[in-house]
Amino acid sequence: MGVPVRRFDAVIVGGGGAGLRAALQLSESGLKTAVLSKVFPTRSHTVAAQGGISASLGNVQEDRWEWHMYDTVKGSDWLGDQDAIEFMCRKAPEAVIELEHFGMPFDRLENGKIYQRPFGGHTQNNGQTPVQRACAAADRTGHAMLHTLYQRNVRANTQFFVEWMALDLIRDADGDVVGVTALEMETGEVFILHAKAVLFATGGAGRIYAASTNAFINTGDGLGMCVRAGIPLEDMEFWQFHPTGVAGAGVLITEGVRGEGGILLNSNGERFMERYAPNLKDLAPRDFVARSMEQEVLEGRGCGPNKDYVLLKLDHLGPDIIKQRLPGIREIAIKFAGVDPIKEPIPVIPTCHYMMGGIPTNYRGEVVIPQGDNPESRVNGFFAAGECACASVHGANRLGTNSLLDLVVFGKSAGDSMVEYIKNEMPTWKDLPADAADRSLARIARLDGQTNGEEVADVRTAMQRTVQARAAVFRNADNLSKGVTEIQQVAERVKRTQIKDKSKVFNTARVEALELENLIEVAVATLIAADARKESRGAHAHADFPNRDDEVWMKHSLYYGDERRLSYKPVHTKPLSVDYIPPKERTF
Amino acid sequence: MTDFDPVELKRIRWHSRRGLLELDLVLERFLAQRFDSLSPAEMSAYKALLELPDNDFLDVVNGKTDLDDPSIMQIVEILRAI
Repeated sequence: MGVPVRRFDAVIVGGGGAGLRAALQLSESGLKTAVLSKVFPTRSHTVAAQGGISASLGNVQEDRWEWHMYDTVKGSDWLGDQDAIEFMCRKAPEAVIELEHFGMPFDRLENGKIYQRPFGGHTQNNGQTPVQRACAAADRTGHAMLHTLYQRNVRANTQFFVEWMALDLIRDADGDVVGVTALEMETGEVFILHAKAVLFATGGAGRIYAASTNAFINTGDGLGMCVRAGIPLEDMEFWQFHPTGVAGAGVLITEGVRGEGGILLNSNGERFMERYAPNLKDLAPRDFVARSMEQEVLEGRGCGPNKDYVLLKLDHLGPDIIKQRLPGIREIAIKFAGVDPIKEPIPVIPTCHYMMGGIPTNYRGEVVIPQGDNPESRVNGFFAAGECACASVHGANRLGTNSLLDLVVFGKSAGDSMVEYIKNEMPTWKDLPADAADRSLARIARLDGQTNGEEVADVRTAMQRTVQARAAVFRNADNLSKGVTEIQQVAERVKRTQIKDKSKVFNTARVEALELENLIEVAVATLIAADARKESRGAHAHADFPNRDDEVWMKHSLYYGDERRLSYKPVHTKPLSVDYIPPKERTF
Repeated sequence: MTDFDPVELKRIRWHSRRGLLELDLVLERFLAQRFDSLSPAEMSAYKALLELPDNDFLDVVNGKTDLDDPSIMQIVEILRAI
């Protein structure tokens, strides 16, 4: 086959925060580095991060990285790997100061130091009092980070392949990664990008859920490529949710609405939170409210034609309070829910926000998989960082502001590991296997040749509805096992998707069909891993197993797509330099 | 519908995929309802809007900020109303 080949020292798939940070390490060390991105890098989903980036700088209040580490371990509900968590929290101050030196416009104190704001879950002295640890650039921290890193990469001569979609990972007979295949959207041509090392920084896959805050580009491309190449996915049962997203849209309605007196109603007009949480009612903790909402829907008291959402009522507050104290909410409701909250309640549903699981890596950003007796044997030439990776620092639940930190700390760490690997172990390219592009070409040929197939949008909707109904915040054995069967039926439909437009140039229908092939792998992994975990931990709340079971379940799941099976590996309980933080009940 | 280069139209559609969900939702509706009937002047105004950084673009769509160019503001008004 005459598939054109291009050679680079390093190929990075994904141009968000993690990909750009890694690329900078590589380019600045003089290696020829390519970054592939489906969209212009500064339009990656990292722009959506508003809250900030946490680091124990102690600029406002006394702080220590050990306290940050404790909060992160506790937040992870003891599923996070403590060596990786120590690494991230220790490196955080240096990572933030480095961004400042790169020119990132952080908010400042009067004394010129970086201002830090409080954020949920971050405390002083191992949980005693809240601490101001989040560094921010107004409400545009992610945007500022992306622009800063992009400019640095341009200066360092990183080569950008914009509007290129990676299709498949290329592994040779030894199992080593030697490149990727990719589609140049402008021409519709498939290329082989031959590399000494490949990094995936492809972001999350929140679009597997019907209700998601994720942008449309978040289709888990790196995860789909891993599954097809025999690389397992770690901890895919853990997804973070926000209780009140606009039903059918995903745009968030701030908790402040309930703080100001907004209440949740079911289809009987009942304020159901009074039943679940007689004291706190609608202001109970986030995960509790979300599970109660879903229970109402599952028991048939949802609203709307499909009975699949509840209502957030605030008209009783009166127009003045709504306009004064909740600016923007009315506009969001009108624009995305089609209702004016001054007159009508807003349809809301628990909404997927962040993927804790992903491609298994260590804190060096190396992809590690079980081989022989070693649960974490390195896949030569393969690295991952950011939301697509599972280091695992977030464990079963991520703390706010730790995601941007994850991007820069592990982006840099992976970049350093790649430089070391290329310079010390891979002075030249390994040969490409003869069938390097076959899988990708076959996928495209299948799509082009499919007749009597299914519409991509229909199958995608079926997948999203299944995952939302079976594996969102309310989980029980019956629901999950039904979900496992249903999602595998949807997966069969994905094999028969059809596109009308068979043209080559900028064929976005083809791109969306290929994206669905990635999403479905993530969806199946999520259902199977969630069905298997018979405990409740962090974001995985199982109604039939309401307690955390450290004896049996303090372990990471690994999902293999070829046989749709799971294996498990231990959580790392040895931090790099400090004492192990033993499990406790997670109370607040 | 004017004669636009079909490849260019596909490219503009892809450029309507953004990093922020709110923009994806608004632009998805715009592409479905209005895109095919744009005049050449409106099309170039829309292309200019797509060059904005996502956060600035969303501020414009949400009515937090306006732009100086009246021809671009015509498209902005459509996006705000859609």
